[in-house]
Amino acid sequence: MDLYSNLSQGFAVALTWSTLLLAVGGCFMGTIIGSLPGLGPSNGVAILIPLAFSFGLDATEALVLMTSVYYGAMYGGRISSILLNIPGDEPALMTTLDGYPMAKQGRAADALVLSGVASFVGALLATIGLMLLAPVLARVAYLFGPSEYFALYLLAFCTLGGLSSSNQAKAALAALIGLGIAMIGLDNQTGIPRLTFGELHLMDGVDFLVAIVGLFAVSEIFIFIESHGKSSAIGVKLEKITIPVKDIANSFLTMLRATVIGFIAGILPGAGASLGSFLAYMAEKAVAKDKDTFGTGNPRGIAAPEAGNNAAAGGALVPMLTLGVPGSGTTAVLLALLLTLNITPGPLLFEERPEVVWGLIAALLIANFVLLIMNVPLVRLFVKILSVPPWILLPGIAMVSFGGIFSLSGSSFDLVLMTIFGFVGYILRKLEVPTVPIILGILLGNNMEDNLRRAMIISDGDWTYLFSSGISIGLWTAALAGFVAPLFLKNLLKKPQRTET
Amino acid sequence: MASDRVFGLCIIGVALVYIASAAQTQVGFLSDPVGSRTVPYIVGGLSILCASAIFLRPDPNPVWPPLAVSARIGLALAVIYLFAITLRPLGFLIPAAAASATLSYLIAPRPWHAVAAGAGLSIGLFVIFKYGLGLGLAPFGRAITG
Repeated sequence: MDLYSNLSQGFAVALTWSTLLLAVGGCFMGTIIGSLPGLGPSNGVAILIPLAFSFGLDATEALVLMTSVYYGAMYGGRISSILLNIPGDEPALMTTLDGYPMAKQGRAADALVLSGVASFVGALLATIGLMLLAPVLARVAYLFGPSEYFALYLLAFCTLGGLSSSNQAKAALAALIGLGIAMIGLDNQTGIPRLTFGELHLMDGVDFLVAIVGLFAVSEIFIFIESHGKSSAIGVKLEKITIPVKDIANSFLTMLRATVIGFIAGILPGAGASLGSFLAYMAEKAVAKDKDTFGTGNPRGIAAPEAGNNAAAGGALVPMLTLGVPGSGTTAVLLALLLTLNITPGPLLFEERPEVVWGLIAALLIANFVLLIMNVPLVRLFVKILSVPPWILLPGIAMVSFGGIFSLSGSSFDLVLMTIFGFVGYILRKLEVPTVPIILGILLGNNMEDNLRRAMIISDGDWTYLFSSGISIGLWTAALAGFVAPLFLKNLLKKPQRTET
Repeated sequence: MASDRVFGLCIIGVALVYIASAAQTQVGFLSDPVGSRTVPYIVGGLSILCASAIFLRPDPNPVWPPLAVSARIGLALAVIYLFAITLRPLGFLIPAAAASATLSYLIAPRPWHAVAAGAGLSIGLFVIFKYGLGLGLAPFGRAITG
C-alpha cells in the first residue's frame, strides 16, 4: 500500500539518532516556550530559526526540530493557563476558563494530566489526519493555476483577518502593510528595484525573519515593561501527580469531538489554533447537560480546548505543506523556515522530496509520544522553569533574538530594522492591529503578485480571467464570506471573560 | 478615539509616500500587462481606504502607559537601538552585558540583580552561541581589538 511504504520511508528518515535527538530537544524547548507567558509558539519558533541554521541542519532535520518545538509549545501553553490563570500563548486562553478554577480547588495536578492527555489525543489524531489528507489535497493542488493561487492567498488573508481581529479595517490594513513591505526590493519579473528609497540594503527586500522576530519577540519586551512583570509568581501549589482515570474516561468523547472541530478549524487557511480551541470549547458547552458548571472547573472544559488547539496545530500543517498557505501565525513562521531552506511547499514537494514530507510526519508521530511523557510524568520540571524571574528571561529573549539574527545576516542594518519592527509592533499591538496578517503579507506578497502577473500574461491583460474557473470562483466566494461573516457573528464569536485571579 | 485618528492619518501619509515612490519605478520596455507599478498602487490605494475607515470609525482609545512607564519603554527602545548599532563594531560581550543589564533594571529595579543578569547573560549566551552552537560571533569587535 502506498501510505504504508511512504510511512516506512518516513520512519527510516526519522528514526536516526540525530533526528530523534532533535525531536526530543525540540519538544523540550517547545514545552518551555509554550509554558512561559508571553513567549508563544510563533515567537519561539521565530527566535529559534537562526539557531537551526547555525547548526547546519539539513532540510528534514531543521523541519523536525522546528515542528517539534511547535507541537511542544502547543502542549506547554496550558501549564501557565492552569497554574497562573495566564495563557502561555493565545490558543491556551480558553484553557484558563476551567483550568484555573480547577487548580484553585486543589486539583492542579489532575488538570495538568487531563489536559496533557487531551493534547496528546488531539495532536496524535490530527497528525494521522494530516497523513491521510495531505496527499489527497496535494493532488487537488495540481489543478491550481496562477489565478487559483491568487484567489487562495486572498482567502488566507480574508479568513485570518476576519477572524483574528474585532475590527475588519485594521485586519485588512495589517495584511496590506505586509504586502506593501513585500513589494520592496528587486521586482521578481523585471529585476528593476522598487520602493527602495535609494537604500542599497533594501535591494534584496526586507528579510522576513527580521520582520517576524521584530514584530513578535522584540515587541514583547516593550509589552512586558509596560505590564511590569505582574505574572511571575506561581499562585497554585502542585500536589502529587496522579492519573485522574475517571475524568479522562468521562471526557474521552469530548476530546474526540474537539479534535474533529479543531482539525477542521486548523485546515482553514488563516484560521489556526485559537479558533480551534475556541470553537471546541463553545461546542462542548453547547452540547453539555451541565452547562452552568463550565467556567467553574469542569474537566471537560479543559479537555475540549486542549484537544481542539492541538488538533488545529496539526490541521494547520495541511494547507502549509500542500499549498504553501499557512493556516496560522506559527505555520507562517514555519513557512518562512521552509522558504529559507529553499524548499517550496506545494504538490511538487510530495513528488520530489517525499523524504522531507514523510520524515516530518513520522517525526511528528514520535514527537507526540515524547511530549506525552514530558507533559504528564515530568510536568513538575516545567512548573519549576516557569518560575524563572522575568528580569532574566526578557533580556535573555532580546539577546537570543539579536544574536541569532546577527549571526545569520551579519548586518547592522537588519538589527536596526528589527528594532524598528519591534517598536512598531508594540504600537500596533496597543492599537489592536493584528500582527499575524503582516507576517503573512510579507511571506506571501511576492508569490501573490507573481501569480497575478502570470495570470494576466496568460490572459493577455483580461482581468475577468481571475474568476474564470470553478475553483477560483469558489475561493473568491469563500474569501468574501470569511471576511464579512465575522461582522454578523460578532456576538457569537465574542470571547468569554476569564475569571479574576 | 484620538489614537485611531492619528494612526489613520499617519497611515494615509505613509501610503501616499509609498504610491509616490512606486511611481518612480522605472518601467522596462518589455513589461508584462500588469507591470511593476500596478500592485504597489493597489496596495497603497487600499491602505488609504482602510486608514480612512479607521479614521472615520475609530475604536475606543487603548490604555496608554503613564508617563513614567512610557519613559521606561523609550529608554528600552534606546538601549535596544544602541545594542543593534554597536553589536558589529564592539563585538558581542560588552554591548550584550550593557543592554541586558539595563533591560533587566527596567523590568525589576534592583541594581545588583541587573548587573548579575547582564554579566551572566552576556557571558553565558556567548559561550552557548559560540561553542555550543558554533555561531560566528566575535567576543570583541574590530573597534576594540584593532
